[in-house]
Amino acid sequence: MEIGILAYGAYIPRRRLARKSVADANAWFNPALRGQAKAERSMCNWDEDAVTMAVEAARDCLTGFDRDQVRSVQLASTSFPFEDRLNSGIVAQALNLGAEISSLDVGSSQRAATAGLAAVLEGAAGAGGPALFLASEKRRTKVGSTLEMTSGDGAAALLVGTGKVIAKFIGGNSRTVDFIDHYRGQGFAYDYVWEERWIRDEGYNKIVPATLVGLFKKTGIEPGSIAHFCMPCTLGKVAASLAKKAGIPEGAVRDNLHAVCGETGTAHSLVMLADALAAAKPGERILVVGFGQGCDALLFEATADLQRLPPRMGVRGYLARRREETNYNRFLAFNDLVTLERGMRAELDKQTALSTLYRNRNMILSLVGGRCSKCGTAQFPKTNVCVNPDCNAFHTQTDHAFAETGGKVNSHTADQLTYSPDPPAICGMVQFDGGGRLMADFTDMDMAELSVGLRMRMVFRIKDYDSQRGFTRYFWKATPAGAAKEA
Amino acid sequence: MASGIRDKVAILGMGCSKFGERWDKDADDLMVEAFEEAIKDAGIEKNQIQAAWLATGIEEQHVGKSGVPLALALRLPFIPVTRVENYCASGTEAFRGAAYAVASGACDFALALGVEKLKDTGYGGLPQRSRGTLNSMFWANLSAPGSFAQVAAAYVAKHGCSAADLKQAMAHVSVKSHDNGSRNPKAHLQNKITVDTVMNAPVVAAPLGLFDCCGVSDGSACAIVTTPEIAKSLGKSDIISVKALQLAVSNGLEAQHNSWDGSYFATTRIASTRAYAEAGIKNPREQISLLEVHDCFSITELVTMEDLHISPEGGAIKDVLDGFYDADGTIPCQIDGGLKCFGHPIGASGLRMIYEMYLQLLGRAGQRQRKQQPVFGLTMNLGGFPHQNVVSIGIVGRHGA
Repeated sequence: MEIGILAYGAYIPRRRLARKSVADANAWFNPALRGQAKAERSMCNWDEDAVTMAVEAARDCLTGFDRDQVRSVQLASTSFPFEDRLNSGIVAQALNLGAEISSLDVGSSQRAATAGLAAVLEGAAGAGGPALFLASEKRRTKVGSTLEMTSGDGAAALLVGTGKVIAKFIGGNSRTVDFIDHYRGQGFAYDYVWEERWIRDEGYNKIVPATLVGLFKKTGIEPGSIAHFCMPCTLGKVAASLAKKAGIPEGAVRDNLHAVCGETGTAHSLVMLADALAAAKPGERILVVGFGQGCDALLFEATADLQRLPPRMGVRGYLARRREETNYNRFLAFNDLVTLERGMRAELDKQTALSTLYRNRNMILSLVGGRCSKCGTAQFPKTNVCVNPDCNAFHTQTDHAFAETGGKVNSHTADQLTYSPDPPAICGMVQFDGGGRLMADFTDMDMAELSVGLRMRMVFRIKDYDSQRGFTRYFWKATPAGAAKEA
Repeated sequence: MASGIRDKVAILGMGCSKFGERWDKDADDLMVEAFEEAIKDAGIEKNQIQAAWLATGIEEQHVGKSGVPLALALRLPFIPVTRVENYCASGTEAFRGAAYAVASGACDFALALGVEKLKDTGYGGLPQRSRGTLNSMFWANLSAPGSFAQVAAAYVAKHGCSAADLKQAMAHVSVKSHDNGSRNPKAHLQNKITVDTVMNAPVVAAPLGLFDCCGVSDGSACAIVTTPEIAKSLGKSDIISVKALQLAVSNGLEAQHNSWDGSYFATTRIASTRAYAEAGIKNPREQISLLEVHDCFSITELVTMEDLHISPEGGAIKDVLDGFYDADGTIPCQIDGGLKCFGHPIGASGLRMIYEMYLQLLGRAGQRQRKQQPVFGLTMNLGGFPHQNVVSIGIVGRHGA
């Protein structure tokens, strides 16, 4: 039984911040930023975080796959919205995977994703079913920093298991070295970064080659046979020189997506892997590297089953779903990097009753409503009495999941009065295909796109943030189906 | 078979405070202001009132819960006082309680009083409040204009009319109400505006601009009711009686069932049909003399003309632009300025509408008095959202008509 990757998915937020806008705002202080003012980086909408992006990447990955088979969910990130609440547990609930699964959050390093993936691959044979491995990152960076320029937000998802793998796992090699290129101490909001030249010479150029030498020795694979080299690194020419040193063909070095996305932190190795899988041909070998207090190198070989995978968005699909953001102030406000006058309406207490949330977790986090077993009417929320006026039967509703059901707009507006972190608050009635409706918040869209009849799909997003208590409240919103696939 | 309360209840006296930004007044001051006018008008003593209903919508902003604030403000002599809240339709709800008490024979004199002191929030518009622990987790983030604005989008989609024509008619609705409000000394807004004012106003929730929205006001209004027989015995010759009071409350159909297209108020259609039956009105377009409807937003008033079965479906734009509902039109709507200009102190609004009908029917409306003698006045008081609301319809008229 072969072990490897069964499916992949990715998610890149729609908004792309023009780096020029960052430089224009901050070059007065740090003129060197001018040199980095090229192209764009992805940025989360105000209602996105590592958890919501992981959910979208996972949905992309699970396209056409029976979710009931998933046995575990792991989520790697260094930007979890919760320090103590299982973040992968939120994702599992959003995906409606049921309680009979295991889950784990992996963090603390930019290498968390590759290290976690290696562990899952090693345990795959005895796992009893596919593991959903997710990596998602929304790095918090200082205003005017290099990291702000080079980072992007994004997520990747891999379904790992045995059987009809699309990429066979050939082998991996790891090194653990307490090389501190940067760190973030407990209670600190931002990373503290050491000199780039030292990171390049003593870090990448020594630790990665040693790991690769070990990998090729272990696996007996010729470096020259690598077709896709996924080597995240924002420092210029490092990936190419590492390839050369290792004997990997120059043409195998994959685009690190700096121009279109930026480096998505610990998720980036897997974002690059997902991008490579979308391009790979059967038989091609893919080498993925993760760097951070050591190094992981994982080697895969694409199989013929890769071509049988149902179409999905992947990295390129989401990159194509693009909206340029040239207003740097909006980026600052979304990331709470400025003290914005939000008005008194923003002062509303947003405490979440945890007992209410738990009781209604399937409704709120999984968007599960009801379907009347007597008349067949789908409805949200699920209630004791059927809403169909010709039925109104008591206690007839069974669970009915709406998250993957498309719909259309019945009515809409753009509300300038209600408090929204990104006014106007766009919302409207969405009528689901096959019945049921929801007066829903809309996200990732402009007023100009609004029309009755517009096709929508549901996405898992931040509903409210309780700044008094640090609690993120999630729910589902509607967004134009547009380029995104519809289930 | 119940036949309703037509002509079983007479309005003995009414009062209404000045509406507006009453910075120097508390809620109890406003209650006393409305009550003193009503008790004088009724010609009875305060201690003759045997039961009272208090309407407030956002009580946490001013008086707090229960019937106590009314009992306290008026020093009512330990009589039953019930506080009612049914969104913005609370005022009519208080009136319904008092009217039913009299109609049932439970008491001879009952008081309905609505009050709202909203201008202590620190910002314009209605207070932003929690919707409850579960609702806050899934209700869309939308303000009152945000929910009502959507009716316009659905209306255009359904009737295939142009959004520009609809906006033009909506502007006419507001211009007309400002004209009317300018003749009302108790109105919050007494300025005239033009169609350009409406069109060029900042957008609040597309397509609603600032002048498509009613004011948020402080104010109070009240009614003292009795039986027509007692009213006569007190020497009243010109008696205004209640013809119908009907309420329809959404049960989730509009919000959850795809049979509602979002372009109208399902509750208004049902409540008005019931009210006409109770009042014995066969053809409202011919028989209703005056309308006071819940014009929280111009679009609400416009579609309500259809939901009250007065304009044909899809025909409100034409009727509005033809001036059918103007003060000198066939059936004046908001002859006192409406919520738009008289103002909208939530709990008081339903009673304010009845107050205007009462004045008009008695020929006491001053410079805004309708020339043709009105016979039936209809009030429509709405609370909530288009997709989930409470609608109450009141019809009052000359006793015996």
